[in-house]
Amino acid sequence: MIIKYAKKFKGIAGIVAIALTMSLFLVGCGAEKTGGTNGETPSATNTGDTIKVGILHSLSGTMAISEVSVKDAEMMAIEEINASGGVLGKKIEPIVEDGASDWPKFAEKAKKLLQNDQVATVFGCWTSASRKAVLPVFEENNGLLWYPVQYEGMEASPNIFYTGAAPNQQIVPAVEWLLENKSKKFFLLGSDYVFPRTANKIIKAQLAAMGGELIAEEYTPLGHTDYSTVINKIKSTKPDVVFNTLNGDSNVAFFKQLKDAGISAQDLTTLSVSVAEEEIRGIGAENMKGHLVSWNYYQTTDTPENKEFVEKYKEKYGADRVTDDPIEAAYIQVYLWAEAVEKAGSTDVDKVKEAAKGLEFKAPEGLVKIEGENQHLWKPVRIGEVQEDGLIKEIWSTKEAVKPDPYLKSYDWAKGLSN
Amino acid sequence: MIGNMETYVLQIFNGISVSSILMLAALGLAIIFGLMKIINMAHGELIMIGAYVTFVTQNIFLSYVDKNLFDIYFLLALPAAFIVTAFIGYLLEITIVRHLYGRPLDSLLATWGVSLVLQQLARSIFGAPNVDVRSPQWLNGGMIIFSNLQLPYKRLFIMLLVVLCIGGVYYFLYKTTGGRRIRAVMQNRTMAQSLGINTRKVDAMTFAIGSGLAGIAGCALTLLGSIGPTLGTNYIIDTFMVVVLGGVGTIIGTVVGAGIIGLGNTIFEFFTDASLGKVLVFTVVILFLQWRPQGFFTIKSRSLDE
Repeated sequence: MIIKYAKKFKGIAGIVAIALTMSLFLVGCGAEKTGGTNGETPSATNTGDTIKVGILHSLSGTMAISEVSVKDAEMMAIEEINASGGVLGKKIEPIVEDGASDWPKFAEKAKKLLQNDQVATVFGCWTSASRKAVLPVFEENNGLLWYPVQYEGMEASPNIFYTGAAPNQQIVPAVEWLLENKSKKFFLLGSDYVFPRTANKIIKAQLAAMGGELIAEEYTPLGHTDYSTVINKIKSTKPDVVFNTLNGDSNVAFFKQLKDAGISAQDLTTLSVSVAEEEIRGIGAENMKGHLVSWNYYQTTDTPENKEFVEKYKEKYGADRVTDDPIEAAYIQVYLWAEAVEKAGSTDVDKVKEAAKGLEFKAPEGLVKIEGENQHLWKPVRIGEVQEDGLIKEIWSTKEAVKPDPYLKSYDWAKGLSN
Repeated sequence: MIGNMETYVLQIFNGISVSSILMLAALGLAIIFGLMKIINMAHGELIMIGAYVTFVTQNIFLSYVDKNLFDIYFLLALPAAFIVTAFIGYLLEITIVRHLYGRPLDSLLATWGVSLVLQQLARSIFGAPNVDVRSPQWLNGGMIIFSNLQLPYKRLFIMLLVVLCIGGVYYFLYKTTGGRRIRAVMQNRTMAQSLGINTRKVDAMTFAIGSGLAGIAGCALTLLGSIGPTLGTNYIIDTFMVVVLGGVGTIIGTVVGAGIIGLGNTIFEFFTDASLGKVLVFTVVILFLQWRPQGFFTIKSRSLDE
């Protein structure tokens, strides 16, 4: 009997093996195809009467939750620029590719955009994993990528412009603010991948230097759904602050279950760096009311540019949609690129990069500037509290834009981190 | 790990709660896998559909029904989720799965394709971001046992729901004619056929019921987790593990499998962390399957083709 079953088990294992081989084969074919058709040397100058740009986000799979809105914002910016005459007198023609939440696919699509479509630039990616996957492709082909999401730092590729926050524009000031205004005992909770782990490495060094105390550091797999054990650990270790770097669906589970365990924002301070207005809609404002977040921009940010931006976004995509930090960053990065191209008088990558240095732009979040040294943005930092309606109220901000420092060179305690 | 009595009691409660959620998610899968040997990769998406039915029911209540009655929406969402997903399961069976019996590889790939289609469909209809289902007032908060120990009503409710579902499925399979037919087909398809059982009909019905149970699971999961197009993928691996560990085709196997994985997960997670906890559970399960590839329980039968 056992032998027979073992045989059957082997059968199922065989099927799975075949399925895996098949998918590998398919991926292999795709890669070969994109590589094979590229005969001539890639050049970023566009002939013809349009300028092609690539948009590379996950429109399917687990990251579509966040990346679809970012793509929408980029499309809106392109439409606006086209409506007011385009760039260098030419219309921008977006070529949208789906990275499908699959990092090798991101690299493959990036290659396709650069080599086959010969796009002038690409706006794309969300997760650090996808950015790390496409980075060598952009460097090899001397392409240009605009990346709109806050991230863990320790990177400054000459072929990437980073329009989201570097750690010193989000995480470091948030920890500083918490130590000053809340308390010392930190519980670090994050999803188990590159961003939370690097972020927590920074936070731990900072806590050690600034008199904070690390209670525990917990990681859960991406897509983890049950936080009862983690919450039990939080209860029994009694931290003052939970610093939350969870990503994606896990945030919904965590905040719902935290509330059910009878812990409200009054009992426990949490600060999240990957939860913005868009995510709050899925978590439910009632579950997140009073909890803290740290970003550079909120829908409620009070600037005339933002008022106009929110109005236009809602008019285009529906009154129930919200804007948030990565959406805003995605929107402005298209404008930044367009201005750099105008200034350079060409779409040539090296010329655009040179022209982009020190470029200023009146963004919805306030005045931003491209730092030539590392191709990140000067951005203001804002700490906010989630309101009953799901929007975020700013409770603290740096008055001026903060200089980006991806390697945290200006902090003594961060000396050993960048390698 | 420091801790006191309350921490441990709560942790055991958490283990049971996680088990009950797994049980609910795996019950339908166990029935489908048991009867038809179909590896239904779209099971997770049926769970997702159940969750979206709950979302839609909530929205209907918010816009058309008196505010004071809002809290009962959830009680209506449960049967609604069952009916809608059962119907979708039925359609799936008569259009796709029916043609693939006895071809495990094809059915695996076909249902996987269906799962992708359903995910993208949900994304087109409801949008890519997660949606929010407000849980009814009577499920908020928890039962306070003593000062520091609070058992959330939602988790207690899910446990009760699991007991009801398992009781219902048991009653149906063992005490009704329809159930007896299903078990007959499960044990020996050809023999059942030659005795005049319409196995086509039984297959369609079983698939519908299994799908319906996934819908109920989806409805219950809105209380605890995210509601988005990829909801199902978060649960599918654990539920398959439950079915394989428990043994194909038995309710008791599903219960035991879910219990072991749920408790194992929470206990390992408590003493290590979530990622390592999962690794340990998977290791234990793999080792166990090396020793007993058929899982904990199997249906004993005298048929030769097993």
